[in-house]
Amino acid sequence: MKELTYLEAINQAIDEEMARDKGVVVFGEDVGGDKGGVFGATKGLAAKYGDRRVFNTPIAEAEIAGLATGLGLMGHHAIAEFQFADYILPAVNQILSETTRMRYRTGGDWTAPVVFRTPYGAGVRGGLYHSQATDKIFLGQPGLRVVTPSTVYDAKGMLKSAIRSEDPVLFYEHKRLYRMIKAEIPEEEYLVPIDKAHVIREGEDLTVISYGLTLQYVLKSVADLAETEGIDAEVIDLRSLYPLDKETLIKSASKTGKVLLVTEDNLESNVMSEVAATIAESALFDLDAPITRLAAPNTPTVAYAANLEKEFLVSEEKVRQAILDLAQF
Amino acid sequence: MEKLKATGLSKKEIVEAYRMIKLGRVLDERLWQLTRIGKSSFIISGQGSEVGQVAMALPFQHKEDMFLPYYRDMVASMIWGMSTKDILLGSLGKQEDPSSHGRQMPNHYGSVEHNIVSFGSTVTTQYPLATGVAYSAILNEKDYVTLVTTGEGSAAEGDFHEALNFAGIKKLPIVFVVENNEYAISTPVEDEFSGKKLADHALAYHIKGDRIDGRDFAATYLAFKEAADYARSGKGPVLIELMVDRMTAHSSDDDQSIYRSDDELKALRDNDVIPVFEKQLIEEGYLTEKELDDILKEVTDEVNQATDEAEQSPDPDVSELYKHVYAHTEGGR
Repeated sequence: MKELTYLEAINQAIDEEMARDKGVVVFGEDVGGDKGGVFGATKGLAAKYGDRRVFNTPIAEAEIAGLATGLGLMGHHAIAEFQFADYILPAVNQILSETTRMRYRTGGDWTAPVVFRTPYGAGVRGGLYHSQATDKIFLGQPGLRVVTPSTVYDAKGMLKSAIRSEDPVLFYEHKRLYRMIKAEIPEEEYLVPIDKAHVIREGEDLTVISYGLTLQYVLKSVADLAETEGIDAEVIDLRSLYPLDKETLIKSASKTGKVLLVTEDNLESNVMSEVAATIAESALFDLDAPITRLAAPNTPTVAYAANLEKEFLVSEEKVRQAILDLAQF
Repeated sequence: MEKLKATGLSKKEIVEAYRMIKLGRVLDERLWQLTRIGKSSFIISGQGSEVGQVAMALPFQHKEDMFLPYYRDMVASMIWGMSTKDILLGSLGKQEDPSSHGRQMPNHYGSVEHNIVSFGSTVTTQYPLATGVAYSAILNEKDYVTLVTTGEGSAAEGDFHEALNFAGIKKLPIVFVVENNEYAISTPVEDEFSGKKLADHALAYHIKGDRIDGRDFAATYLAFKEAADYARSGKGPVLIELMVDRMTAHSSDDDQSIYRSDDELKALRDNDVIPVFEKQLIEEGYLTEKELDDILKEVTDEVNQATDEAEQSPDPDVSELYKHVYAHTEGGR
């Protein structure tokens, strides 16, 4: 066992998969050379695997996506980095019109497995354009997988699975978690499925569903409230934002009868809207309380000033209060 | 017009090239007929560009080289290996349609068997895609070349710039083509870009570029032979602006008499590239009037037979709708 940060786990996953499969190629803005990405996720890889397999691209997100997809068509497996999730927007046409629809529109004749990695998330004083979770743009697009790891263990295991997936995967990494969380993970190889939600903690009183940074708050609050208030909460990490692992979500909601959904995205039309609909559709008569949502306000995105950012973000205190309120409903 | 002899092609090869051009025209007319009688619902036609398309596609190694066509490139796709029946299966939305198995609109060509990458309708997205296909040759240390086409209207998209810029940086083995028919649906070329020649864009990326008259078979053939050799030898990308005619409306849902004058349309018909090419073939001793008639009969028979076969081919089963969403799970339900 060895202690790694979330960021180191990402780097290690790519490194191992590049060593395993010569078809794996890595590129993006500032990804190659000695820099290895603005967060260092690909640090050391260019020196190890050469400039043909690890390289810088111009600032051209549609090109990055098209390049990755074209390589996928030819049997390579590209790991393309978008420097920030906020900057993925110029590539939306490529990702949705080409990458996502390639398998379907050719009846499976042409396929384009690709991993698009991108750091997302707030809490780093990133203002409007270095804080967003743009995943909602890509949810509900059959053919594309949208996933995000929320633990160090999953960061490595899920990325390795994504690189081996035959489907295109949009892989969101929470940038606040990069250096915030550390964990010991096995030195031997392991994989984590990218299509299954993870019941992190089993409980009877209520279900809390989350992912990303807010999942850390959920885990701390739940542990604390179990001790201080005797609340026995079940905690689920979504892992896959699309498609949803409906079975796991419905099963838990039916068991506990109370559901709290926590995301750092704006309240409306985010992944939790679909989670709520799924649970309402299949488990309504098992519920003892309305489905509760905790999220950011419906302002466009995060503001820079420290107090404004704090006001926007879901915090540990807000999570704790929401769990208490629901337990007492 | 360049003499056909300059191509270095044998008489047999020139005659076969003509046969494909004529087949393309007769087949295209059949697709219009099928659309008019409601058996197909759409056509986007390449009439007027057949000579340029065949001369463009011929110099490539079709078993190794990759082709990313756009929707007017029916005959070029057939040079790459698609059959008359394949095209008709796509028009009729049949299960055996190799382009999409009945999923995409007609004329969105693709064939995994023949190295033709599927085309979607979002024009110019194939340009960045093609750079990935071309970069695979460098990674694999192989010498296959990628040919990618689009229309001149699409060259205004940002994807065009991003792809050419990257291809120039990496010296990709790729030939970019802009088939310039001077209309983006109804928008005339002067509303599309300010320069006189789109080929001039090559200067900005420090890549080889040229404008070629797609009505001139030999000149087009020679230009693409040189371009393919250049790209294959590792010297980098080539941009060719191929001047062609658009004889028909943009598509079966358009009426070009609204925006093109009677005189302009009459001049188009009077200068139809195929009769002009036929005249050249006769003058340069490749074919006689009688042989032209024989070829017309032959390709008409081929189109008739392929139409019958395609019509009898089964429609997709409704269950097909739910397949191939993901590699290992079925979506939609």
